[in-house]
Amino acid sequence: MSEKKIKKVFVEGAIPPDKIAGSIAHHQSKTGIGAHSIFLGQVRADVINEKKVAAIEYTAYEEMAGKKFHEIREAAFSKFDLTCAHIYHSLGTVKAGEICLFVFTSSAHRKAATDACSYLVEEIKAKVPIFGKELFEDETHQWKVNQ
Amino acid sequence: MSITVKYFGAVAEQTGTSEEELNLDETGNSVAQLKAYCVQKYDLEEEETIQLAVNQVLNAGEKLEEGDEVAFLPPYAGG
Repeated sequence: MSEKKIKKVFVEGAIPPDKIAGSIAHHQSKTGIGAHSIFLGQVRADVINEKKVAAIEYTAYEEMAGKKFHEIREAAFSKFDLTCAHIYHSLGTVKAGEICLFVFTSSAHRKAATDACSYLVEEIKAKVPIFGKELFEDETHQWKVNQ
Repeated sequence: MSITVKYFGAVAEQTGTSEEELNLDETGNSVAQLKAYCVQKYDLEEEETIQLAVNQVLNAGEKLEEGDEVAFLPPYAGG
């Protein structure tokens, strides 16, 4: 089942844990679901050249990112037998330890849910024009590059 | 013959602006010429890592036209 409507993905600031719990609760009425897979990306306090990352400031080419998220989501529905798929990504500043990406896939069976979730995360990292400024504790910064 | 050029992330930091109008008569009317023009104008670093999207499409046609929106995209860091 594919939903053609372009969904809002970007969230200002960190994704609150309550949003994740709420999302799970919303799916309890969909009793055809037998498996959920959830990926949470969390900002890591990397130490680079003896300086610790305090936060990441995310920006995006929002119009293009919206299209890419939509294409990626549609591709996931065509590749995997999904009941639903949700993606949320932060914009703005997210502190170390906070959640910046929430991918939530649901299916009748676990394999489709877990495979689709992994697929979405990899595609998001590779194809969506989002940029991250790693802010160090001493207020210097560097630009993050996905590996 | 103007186009809108948008800069993001590390590129915007180097240009000091997120958006400007440029004239194709000055930049040349191909993607490669525009990139070379901006790399020189702003002394952009690591130019090989910068991708250009034309009207939000990567690897679009080489020729630029009046009214196009071109974005300079440094490496992605989502997730």
